[in-house]
Amino acid sequence: MPRFLDSEELDLLAIGAWILGTGGGGSPYASHLVARQFYEDGGRIALLDPDELADDDVVAVVSTMGAPLVFQERMTDAAFALKPVRIMEAFLGRPFRAVMTVEIGGCNAFQPLLVAAASGLPVVDADAMGRAYPEAQMQTFSIAGLQMAPHVVSDIRDNDVIIPTASGWQEMERVRRKVCTEYGSVATTCQAPRTGAEVKRHAVLRSLSQAIALGREVRRAKTAHEDPVEATVAAGGGKRLFTGKVMDVQRRTTEGFLRGSLSLAGLGDDTGASFDIAFQNEFTIGRRDGAVIVTTPDLICVLDSISGEAIGTESLRYGQRVTVIALPSQPIHRSAEGLRHVGPRAFGHDVDFHSVFGEEPA
Amino acid sequence: MSRIGIDVGGTNTDAVLLEGGKVLAALKRPTTVDVADGVRRALVDLVATAAGHPALGRIEAVMIGTTHFTNAVVERRHLDRVAALRIGLPANAGLPPFIGWPKDLAAAMRGSVHMVGGGHEYDGRVLVPLGRGAVRREAERIAESGIRSVAITSVFSPLTDACEREAADIVREVMPTARITLSHEIGRIGLLERENAALLNAGLQGLAQRTAAAFVRALRDSGIAAPLYLTQNDGTIVQAAVAERHPVYCFASGPTNSMRGAAFLSGLADALVVDVGGTTTDVGSLKGGFPRQANAMVEIGGVRTLFRMPDLISIGLGGGTEIADDGRRIGPGSVGFRLPEKALCFGGDTLTATDIAVAAGRIALGEPGLVGRLPGPLVADSLLHMERMVAEVVDRMKTDAAPVPLIAVGGGSFLVPDRMEGVSQVVRIEHHAVANAVGAAIAQVSGEVDRIFSGVERDAALEDARREATRRAIEAGADANSVQTLDMEDIPIAYLPGNARRVRVRVIGEIARLAG
Repeated sequence: MPRFLDSEELDLLAIGAWILGTGGGGSPYASHLVARQFYEDGGRIALLDPDELADDDVVAVVSTMGAPLVFQERMTDAAFALKPVRIMEAFLGRPFRAVMTVEIGGCNAFQPLLVAAASGLPVVDADAMGRAYPEAQMQTFSIAGLQMAPHVVSDIRDNDVIIPTASGWQEMERVRRKVCTEYGSVATTCQAPRTGAEVKRHAVLRSLSQAIALGREVRRAKTAHEDPVEATVAAGGGKRLFTGKVMDVQRRTTEGFLRGSLSLAGLGDDTGASFDIAFQNEFTIGRRDGAVIVTTPDLICVLDSISGEAIGTESLRYGQRVTVIALPSQPIHRSAEGLRHVGPRAFGHDVDFHSVFGEEPA
Repeated sequence: MSRIGIDVGGTNTDAVLLEGGKVLAALKRPTTVDVADGVRRALVDLVATAAGHPALGRIEAVMIGTTHFTNAVVERRHLDRVAALRIGLPANAGLPPFIGWPKDLAAAMRGSVHMVGGGHEYDGRVLVPLGRGAVRREAERIAESGIRSVAITSVFSPLTDACEREAADIVREVMPTARITLSHEIGRIGLLERENAALLNAGLQGLAQRTAAAFVRALRDSGIAAPLYLTQNDGTIVQAAVAERHPVYCFASGPTNSMRGAAFLSGLADALVVDVGGTTTDVGSLKGGFPRQANAMVEIGGVRTLFRMPDLISIGLGGGTEIADDGRRIGPGSVGFRLPEKALCFGGDTLTATDIAVAAGRIALGEPGLVGRLPGPLVADSLLHMERMVAEVVDRMKTDAAPVPLIAVGGGSFLVPDRMEGVSQVVRIEHHAVANAVGAAIAQVSGEVDRIFSGVERDAALEDARREATRRAIEAGADANSVQTLDMEDIPIAYLPGNARRVRVRVIGEIARLAG
């Protein structure tokens, strides 16, 4: 049976999802507010374990896409999140059993909750990335070779596009980017529908629960006046990589991405050492004293050393005291096909992937 | 020509008489519950102190910086109920105005909420046409409810203000005496945060009118016949009548005035400033003589806002900070303005940061014998600890690793060490304890634009923004011939097509000489 999320879990999800955003994914602030308001007005959202899906159930995979800056003026809401889902149902001629997010990292962690608020559909405790990544073909369903269509992209007005077929994931991604731009650089999507069997086999399972657990541990540590960074590492099965202060941040926007690098100087046990991280929306590779020690798909997170809060690539600045941690990646991202989509070379770094957790490529 | 600068803080009201770059008279008086009364007393005493000086006969302006409006929000007092009119349907319906506000503040300020169709895209295209009929209907509802303060916010109004202006005209037709705040005049991109700033502004306009009128009376009562200006949080001033329209711009004027005063008194335009008061230490960064602006969201009274505010870091360390556990715990408690009765060196019973400084021979205050028996290691350790706290907060404010000068001001500046890593020199100045009032006295007038330009060449965008900022400065009281560009930056924007860039320009000018 589905269980209802409680309102504290919404707050914890916001904390955990921002950590799993690994620097990108957009702040969950506004979407979190929508969900919280829904709860204050007496609403409830049901969370469905993936095992409760029948193999032939159909699940809606949803997201908000566009420019984070535009999200600040044209904020998401429940009706806007639901719109592409209803259009997809009409196109398919059958209703969805449940809804899930494409990515648990950043603001999209809340997207299925908004759909649930507007429709009463339960939210599947799963996602298709286990974190945030910048492009559609980086999701597990793409790596697994599943269909990318049909795909619905909706505007807040009476504009909607259905992409009934596409020749590949990257072609589909290019087309929907163009559409999104014409909409004013903000759109909601309902991606290719997934059967219960596909979700159970290829999605990242129970990732909402994990994000909530991560948020809970950070909050507990803060309340107990313990080190929230250490708590995050323990809760996520991660590793502390470096503690230091931000010495330099370089940013440039190319091909629609925020690219750049971050340089840290060591403090405490790391005094005398340096650490550099490159990012493309999300953090992609970390070097200690010039030597590569961590790369995507391992999750590279930069946290405020005192508060434990995640820091987005857009809000890094000189002088911040930060701790770099790594959290383990999804097995599918470590497969040969996974690494082709999201390994270091997919982000322009000519190195092999070696997990800091000793998990070698599958 | 001379000027009087006044800074009304939570504890003290400071006043200075300034002419030709020299401080002719300076004093501190306790702030009173009726803030205008404290201002009147400070003015009367200042005139008495400078009695006979010819500068008194040629006062050109009186500039007042006040924390009164911030305090009203923090204390939820003197606030008017506000009707929020948001233009942007069908977008944004899920996050209505006042969402995310602390319940008690919303209870004090939420009058009514109205949402209508309209708004623009980031590139200036119309989102949907403005619902003029709906605006009129909502205005009639507001008029019937008896609310007189209205805050109007439209999607992407910092880029295109047409919807807000048109809606204001309609509201004014229905309610000719309404006090209207337009969000694009207050804040930046970020609809909720800009709307929040506009709502606060609308709720403070009544108080601002009453306060400005009381200040004018205080001026008259003290026999000074000069125009009154209020200082804003970017270190500039506006005529009192303009400040009445935009009281939120006066929010952080205290620390800003300190930094401006520090720049003026030290002669340094690019430096860090550390202001150590009784309870807190504020650090800011001066660029071209003005505080660097914060890029991020700023919370005021628990409400997220985004408008021009100085970039500051504050920690709980000051001259009144309590030292406990044999020096192992520094603060966060403070005896604040009760230092003269509480500190050991004044015969009190509480070990404070000031006592440590007296015992270490940093300053001569009170009765040094009263702290003579403090153990040497306790004094040395806690002094070292406090200096490290100052050094760390200074370092966090820096934008790069290059050494910069640091100006130390405020009554507690003896806690600032003479040497710090990354600091080329610690600058100590005369009159440092009234730097904030000096900052008020030297204030200039500014104008600012923060917009997204797309489909325009970079140079044209910058020039367009500069012209608009100049127009705003002149409107705020600047002498057109003295206006100069202070800050100009443009940032390319991710994901947006058409060479989109966000341009921010600030210009600054001397106040225009007023007749009479």
